[in-house]
Amino acid sequence: MTAPVTSERAATNRTRRDPAEVPAGLPRWAYLPAVVGGLFVVLPLVAMGTRVDWSNYWGLVTSESARAALVLSLQTATASTLLCLVLGIPMALVLARGRFPGQHLLRSLVLVPLVLPPVVGGVALLSTFGRRGLLGESMEVLGLQIAFSTTAVVLAQSFVALPFLVVSLEGALRTGGERYDVVAASLGASPTTVLRRVTLPLVWPGLVSGTVLAFARALGEFGATITFAGSLQGVTRTLPLEVYLQRETDPDAAVALSLLLVAVAVVVIAATSRRGAGGAVR
Amino acid sequence: MTAALPRRTPRAPVALVVAASAAVVPTACSTGTATEDDTTLTVFAAASLTAAFEEIAADFEADYPGVDVQLNLAGSSSLVAQVQQGAPADVVATADTATMDTLVADDLVGIPQAFATNTLEIAVPSGNPAGVTTLQDLTVPAVNLVVCAPEVPCGAATTDVVDHAGLTLHPVSEEQSVTDVLGKVTAGEADAGLVYVTDVARAGDRVEGIPFDEADAAVNTYPIATVGRTGQSADQADRAQQFVDAVLSPDGQAVLADLGFAAP
Repeated sequence: MTAPVTSERAATNRTRRDPAEVPAGLPRWAYLPAVVGGLFVVLPLVAMGTRVDWSNYWGLVTSESARAALVLSLQTATASTLLCLVLGIPMALVLARGRFPGQHLLRSLVLVPLVLPPVVGGVALLSTFGRRGLLGESMEVLGLQIAFSTTAVVLAQSFVALPFLVVSLEGALRTGGERYDVVAASLGASPTTVLRRVTLPLVWPGLVSGTVLAFARALGEFGATITFAGSLQGVTRTLPLEVYLQRETDPDAAVALSLLLVAVAVVVIAATSRRGAGGAVR
Repeated sequence: MTAALPRRTPRAPVALVVAASAAVVPTACSTGTATEDDTTLTVFAAASLTAAFEEIAADFEADYPGVDVQLNLAGSSSLVAQVQQGAPADVVATADTATMDTLVADDLVGIPQAFATNTLEIAVPSGNPAGVTTLQDLTVPAVNLVVCAPEVPCGAATTDVVDHAGLTLHPVSEEQSVTDVLGKVTAGEADAGLVYVTDVARAGDRVEGIPFDEADAAVNTYPIATVGRTGQSADQADRAQQFVDAVLSPDGQAVLADLGFAAP
């Protein structure tokens, strides 16, 4: 059902791009800093790979604590990503398509966690959901305690990951424009139908890349988690916290787990870029 | 499968980083102005000694005009790694004997002398909301207990104490460092935490300390030793010994006692 729309847009893009198919003439000097930049990103990962104690690798990454941390990380990052989708899609829609006073200010505020050091996010969450926090005190009365629970990990991850989803999706919504939405609405589609059948399929690549970014950010969350959630095996000690702890006594295990985290990140990005965003590039 | 994989490379990158940080840190912590190299004394001390050694160093500089004491304060295992990599230390003081023993085994230091001890104490937020009074009270599930992870020194001490007392704790969190435990107690998130006596002393009014008898099962002894290194002048070696003597002197011991440390 989305195919006609997508191919139609692709056709529009192609006619627009025609003049640009003449070689643009990338300046040669650009290659040198580009290669240096690429090495700067890749070399540390390769260097870490050379430090891995391969003969014991399997044992190091399948120890009880490592497995508990990996499972917890995947579970919490998935839960956080779902929470980000549930809250982030409407947020992006409101910010991109809504018209209300203070929209600009709200947009800036929502993006604050993007530039905030995560440890500051942890302190902020503690002031909100902590036992002596803004909401925490009334929640304590209701018998709900968030600090030191897996819920706290999900909150910490969602707090830092949400802006990534909102930014990606909002950008896609703005770039896509509202033409097709207007057409669909004029043909009698209800706003919800337009959203489901036209708007979201059009921004699908942006939604996918935003989701991947949010998941990756949630998976790597460290500062807010250790500040807000604590660190206990199987409950709050995610893979990044386990890496940091193992570094203290068992550097080999820390390196092995780091590589595992890199592998998970690469798999996630590779899988989604092929299925989602990749298809829309051409 | 493993045979075909590459060998591990030497640890040169780490050595570089350690050497670089060792070179930068003492300068940043300089407590005076250096005039000549041979009047600069570099002291590596465990982070928990920060307040005590800053005071002792200031007194030492007053007693020996022209001498500039530079403090490098870090975790004991980091200090040991830096000395092993050839960082220019004249004196090293660690927070436990195990870390110092590695330097003795490598023949890098003189004979270590114990100069202070530290024991665990229960820290509770001011007002003691959970009404904790003994180590046994910490085993109550309703008490939100935070301890150090067994992987770090304060967690090892916690394990020793608890095992010795025949108890089992069910902490809600095992933190990375004693500072993190103290932070959770100060914030009121935890009802109780196990930290060192000196940590309670420096936390001020927001935390109350509850000593317990079982803490004697894990007494942390702080050793200090002079470091013999290449390029060290006889003058510096003398100064290093004088600094060790100053720490062991009644004045030095009084400074440590004020901050909650016990005599060895």
